[in-house]
Amino acid sequence: MLPEIVAEDEHAVALSQQFPDAIVDAQMAVDGPVLFIHPAQIVAVCQAFKQFGFERVSGITGVDWWPKEPRFEVIYLLHSLRHNKRARLSVRLRQGEEIESVCSVWRGANWYEREVFDLFGVTFQNHPNLERIMMPADWEGHPLRKDYPKHGGKYSYTDE
Amino acid sequence: MKTSHEDYAHVASLDAEHELAVEDLSGLELTTEHPGSRKMTLNMGPQHPSTHGVLRVVLELDGETILKARPEIGYLHTGIEKECEAKKYQQVVPLTDRVDYLANLNNNLCYALAVERLLGLEIPPMAQWMRVMLCELTRVASHLIWLGTHALDIGAMSVYFYCFREREEILKIFEMFSGQRMMTSYIRPGGLALEPPRGWHKATSDIQARLARGIDEYQNLLAANPIWVNRTKGVGMLPVDLMMELGVTGPMLRAAGVKMDARKDCPHSSYELFDFDVPTRQANDVYARFEVRMEEMRQSLRIVRQALDGMPAGRYQADAPHILLPDREQMKTQMESLIYHFKIVTEGYRVPPGSVYQVVESPRGELGYYVVSDGTANPHRVFMRTPSFGNLQSLGAMLEGVLIADSIAIMGSMDFVLGDVDR
Repeated sequence: MLPEIVAEDEHAVALSQQFPDAIVDAQMAVDGPVLFIHPAQIVAVCQAFKQFGFERVSGITGVDWWPKEPRFEVIYLLHSLRHNKRARLSVRLRQGEEIESVCSVWRGANWYEREVFDLFGVTFQNHPNLERIMMPADWEGHPLRKDYPKHGGKYSYTDE
Repeated sequence: MKTSHEDYAHVASLDAEHELAVEDLSGLELTTEHPGSRKMTLNMGPQHPSTHGVLRVVLELDGETILKARPEIGYLHTGIEKECEAKKYQQVVPLTDRVDYLANLNNNLCYALAVERLLGLEIPPMAQWMRVMLCELTRVASHLIWLGTHALDIGAMSVYFYCFREREEILKIFEMFSGQRMMTSYIRPGGLALEPPRGWHKATSDIQARLARGIDEYQNLLAANPIWVNRTKGVGMLPVDLMMELGVTGPMLRAAGVKMDARKDCPHSSYELFDFDVPTRQANDVYARFEVRMEEMRQSLRIVRQALDGMPAGRYQADAPHILLPDREQMKTQMESLIYHFKIVTEGYRVPPGSVYQVVESPRGELGYYVVSDGTANPHRVFMRTPSFGNLQSLGAMLEGVLIADSIAIMGSMDFVLGDVDR
């Protein structure tokens, strides 16, 4: 079912005709609609958006809503130069849940997905090179998770 | 004076002779990874004069030719995005300066616009115009650094001194406005940090006129230089659709013929009121990027001139006492202002829940801030979509099959800032 809030959005309508159960939820942000996509269908949906004319992915990032579940949100910021439009897709993931990589759709997703993997610990399946990108290879933990401390124990002044 | 590329064909033949000489040394085994072959793996960086920061590029070489290049980033990762989550909204501004330290005002602007959209704040026209003027001056300053260092990498020493001399003048303007040369934090959610100083108009007007005269001179220093032309023309090309897919934006993409500019595509801060062109080239090589950036400087100066001529009168901050610190006079004489001051400093201000992705055009390309608010005074998440990160992603593809010497020209033409890449 297409959520009412995006019933006017042409891409959401076209998408729901192609994939009836892909859009699980929608929100209206100040800069346009956000479509929440079912995790299993993200590659198909991205492919559809590429067909709609979104030739580039501006960025992919994550948000951690810990301690709520589903904990993670992976956000896809899409951009169409042809139509001068931007779209935002979002996928909600439980801790430990994996998601398919969209590198097969846009090659530029590579580094952005690596960054989300590195900083949030979300695993992308079938990614060509899923390694840490910002932190050293032997780093423990994922710094942008909300349960990761904001400063190291050495400088802690709370437990004294 | 000879300027055309073909006139220097004899240089290429010299190169071929040189390569024969290298061939004779092929018996030397320089690596254990490919024993007995001419291939070797070489580290460029993390500290190398031409990487403009701490970037490591792992090169797989066959003689002088790069077979594969793998950029390794993260050496300058300082966890700015994590830091933002621990700060109040107004405390994030100084952090945005330090992301792209050559285009700090553009970063300030992008963050301020994102927060203002979440808050639903209207910014007075004078503040908007001032923002535009300062951002365009930043663009010129940033491009001047690029020009100087890029030319220095390729071996033209004197351009560097001209560029840094002029950039210093622009930094003096920033110092005049904000008290800081580089980390200005001058554009803040709600308007500007301080009232524009006395004499700003004449000072900015003088430097605008001086730069507008100077740019042709700098371009001629290089454009008429056969070594420069030889080393930049026909170097560093990549198919346009691949560039777009890899996330390349800004002057690099415009030098490939794609007219993408956030100032035109999604105008903000009154950019729609200014008359300027978005320069593009079709050649898609290092030289085209040089031409595009030179032209962009001229366009930016055009915008600065228009801003100087048409600067509207009015307030430099929005009328939002719960977000902006009151001035000292009011704070010491009015009870209400004192309470606001106390509340902003101790608790910060709350931002309605929601998320926004705000885009501006930084000197390097598409700069976007994705800000998520959960209704408290601290941002829940600040993601910085930095142009250098996307641009650098194309480095591996761009370096495949080129000579090491060309890799220096190509990296220079990308104009990345490692603080912008690693955040």
